[in-house]
Amino acid sequence: MSNPASTKGLATDCYHCGLPVPAGADYPVFIKGTERAMCCPGCQAVASTIISTGLDQYYQYRTDLAVTPKPLEDELLDELALYDRSDIQQDFVNPLDDQQTEAIFLVEGITCAACTWLIEHQLSKLEGVERCSVNLSNHQLRIQWHTEQIKLSELLAAVYSIGYKAYPYQSAAEDKLQQTENRNYIKRLGIAGAGMAQVMMYAAALYAGAFDYISGEHRDFLRWISLIIATPVVFYSARPFFSAALRNLKNRHLSMDVPVSIAILAAYFASLGSTIFGGREVYFDSVCMFTFFLLLGRFLEFRARSRMDQSSHHLTRLLPDTATLIEQGKQRLVAIRDLKSGDTILVKTAHIIPADGLVISGQSSTDESHLNGEFIPVPKALGDTVVAGSINVEHPLTIQITEVGQNTKLSGILRLLDQARATKPPIAQLADKIAQYFIATVLILATGVALAWTFIDSNQAFWITLSVLVVTCPCALSLATPTALTAATGSLQRLGLLVSRGHTLEGLASISHVIFDKTGTLTTGKLRLQHIHPLGEHNRHQCNHIAAALEAHSEHPIANAFEASPLQAFEPRVHPGQGIEGVIDGQSYRIGRPDFAFSNTVLSPPESNDPQAQWLLLANNTEPMAWFQLDDELRPDAAETVEQLSKLGLKVELLSGDYSNNVASVAKQLNISNYRSGASPMNKMTYTQALQTDGAKILMVGDGINDIPVLAAADVSVAMTSAADLTKANADAILLSSQLSHLVSAIRHARKTHRVIRQNLGWALAYNLIALPAAALGYIPPYFAALGMSLSSLVVVMNALRLSKPLAKAAASEANKSQLASA
Amino acid sequence: MEAIYLLVPIALILVIIGVVVFFWAVKSDQFEDLEGPAHSILFDDDPNDSPPTDNTEKDKPEP
Repeated sequence: MSNPASTKGLATDCYHCGLPVPAGADYPVFIKGTERAMCCPGCQAVASTIISTGLDQYYQYRTDLAVTPKPLEDELLDELALYDRSDIQQDFVNPLDDQQTEAIFLVEGITCAACTWLIEHQLSKLEGVERCSVNLSNHQLRIQWHTEQIKLSELLAAVYSIGYKAYPYQSAAEDKLQQTENRNYIKRLGIAGAGMAQVMMYAAALYAGAFDYISGEHRDFLRWISLIIATPVVFYSARPFFSAALRNLKNRHLSMDVPVSIAILAAYFASLGSTIFGGREVYFDSVCMFTFFLLLGRFLEFRARSRMDQSSHHLTRLLPDTATLIEQGKQRLVAIRDLKSGDTILVKTAHIIPADGLVISGQSSTDESHLNGEFIPVPKALGDTVVAGSINVEHPLTIQITEVGQNTKLSGILRLLDQARATKPPIAQLADKIAQYFIATVLILATGVALAWTFIDSNQAFWITLSVLVVTCPCALSLATPTALTAATGSLQRLGLLVSRGHTLEGLASISHVIFDKTGTLTTGKLRLQHIHPLGEHNRHQCNHIAAALEAHSEHPIANAFEASPLQAFEPRVHPGQGIEGVIDGQSYRIGRPDFAFSNTVLSPPESNDPQAQWLLLANNTEPMAWFQLDDELRPDAAETVEQLSKLGLKVELLSGDYSNNVASVAKQLNISNYRSGASPMNKMTYTQALQTDGAKILMVGDGINDIPVLAAADVSVAMTSAADLTKANADAILLSSQLSHLVSAIRHARKTHRVIRQNLGWALAYNLIALPAAALGYIPPYFAALGMSLSSLVVVMNALRLSKPLAKAAASEANKSQLASA
Repeated sequence: MEAIYLLVPIALILVIIGVVVFFWAVKSDQFEDLEGPAHSILFDDDPNDSPPTDNTEKDKPEP
């Protein structure tokens, strides 16, 4: 196992989290006798804890770097202590007996399997912990502990002390359901797989016997054994198909489950007849194999879907669990559900605002980008309104609550979701359409054949009718779509597009419009330093270093646009909404708004083709020194993606919640003629639905919470990987790679998948069309029917496998290049 | 060939035992995490395998 931190070798990267170590930072930790540099006190504290608890092998085991932790503050411990309250515990703690309880937590910060090892070992060393285990697939931590010996808050603090965050996990009813379904799938697959292996073994003996010689007695014995094994496969493993088929029939709708069920049952009962009455052929092997492969496809789709659904039950995670209530001048930590309208609360820097309210003291700015798409934090002062779910960026704010819980704007957005889901147009499933005609035809024909043969030769009627049903066994037809979708989904996942619902691909092939969100989707959602215009004798580098040293003291997102500086600023003072001042080498400097940095004269920023850029002025006591131009950075492949999408014949539009002219300038840069700015979640949804009533098929790409309703309303939706969990849970696919250009590959691949599905269906239908009349006339010998059935399925599977080839290398290498360029 | 009358039922019984064990494994949460165990088998559980350098506080983790 390689260790990325040690192989990278650069002494300037933090050994714990891999971020560059800033100049002047001195946070060494001795790991296995070697001094390793850390980037911040947080990393140092975590690494020291790991070493002192004897878990230093973590660094040897890990395959990915850790997430940069925040230092453990007393404040956090106070927050955790709230979880010791029994009224809060009753929501998620499950008492086992008088002394022991069990609870499940969701852990944030797990990057590789070594993290689970580290957490498990750290916790099991604590006295009072009976059992603990971390699930790497869903990041759930299950702890069983003695309540007498250790408090819940101590357990959580132990997790925080090694650099992870843990939240109580309230298992919803749907989770339980999903778990049961998952187990049922695994059991059914186990039965079908074991049955398939056994029956095929006996089938080999039977086939050999048919060509060579086998005594009737032995043959019957092997058939009876096969029957015994195939029975649980049909009646246990294949049951989901039957119940779905029945449900569909009740709704007077013929889906693919109907022919699947008929195929399985017909083949099974034909074989049963052969076994009892000594017929010519049994198909137990086909029955088992067919069930196993179809079930496997369903299981893989189910797993992808449940992985995305898991995050959707955590609505509350959008808000913190606790808030600091101010009562008669005293601060008290309370659970968020105890808040009511009219309460006064304190929201600290970098904390999420828990309820809608009015600012009654303090000055800061709040990041609302997830809620309305505005990429620059909005300044907030006395009397301004703040909304739940936004982040307080700079300074503590005292807020008087106006709305809590279900009445907040955030909850309003989430309520739109249900409305959008209800009206979402279903994706046309080609196989289901064909299935309707096919099944009707086969059933009518089979009845016709049965009737006809009762007149011609009533002794043969049953056998020939059965052979018609078996020959037309829609195995190939049923496999045509799922195999193609499974193969294509796999290759898209390797490219970085996680598709949660198999039929998303069919929808993706037929879209006509692509609608993008702006902030966080077409742009990275982060401010970037575009240009430096020096005004005096200082050159760009000097100005940049001075500015970066000043900005290092700010929490504002603007500060993140600057790189680490070799200089250090002393006596820093941050003026909210204005700028920062500080002293470097005895000289005092100011950076920020022009009137703040240099108030002697009025200066206007240099001419620029981007009217919405943010301008910062750097000045010393006597003169202005330089202008800094900042802008929300476009993703490097945004322009190319838009161009390629238009080439594919798709209409590209931009729909943003941002009010600023920045939307227009982004649209202009990317050559998008149709754009709308300042669109509320409701606007976005109605706009999309209006297009849909005109017949458009829409692919929506977004990332914010404000995009959730429109994502749910669109025909196909893709969420960026940086999106909120809830957003991802409501999208049909997630763009894990953050490479927009992969969307183009995905659409191309979806179209190819569509072609393969058509070919497969065509082949399966052609085979049936030829075989059916022959079978109806009684010309098809049973072994030929069985052979034809297997061969036609094989052709379909092989054709589908063409889709699993790795996608165009060009796209991948381009992605690497742009990543390098942006790094 | 009469052996098959003995051997095939034995095989059948073995398969049934296998399925029962498999169902028990599913029931006792062994299939909940399909990723983690594949890695964790590579991790040493016994920290004494590599001689500790400064593990005096080993049994008293800082909270």
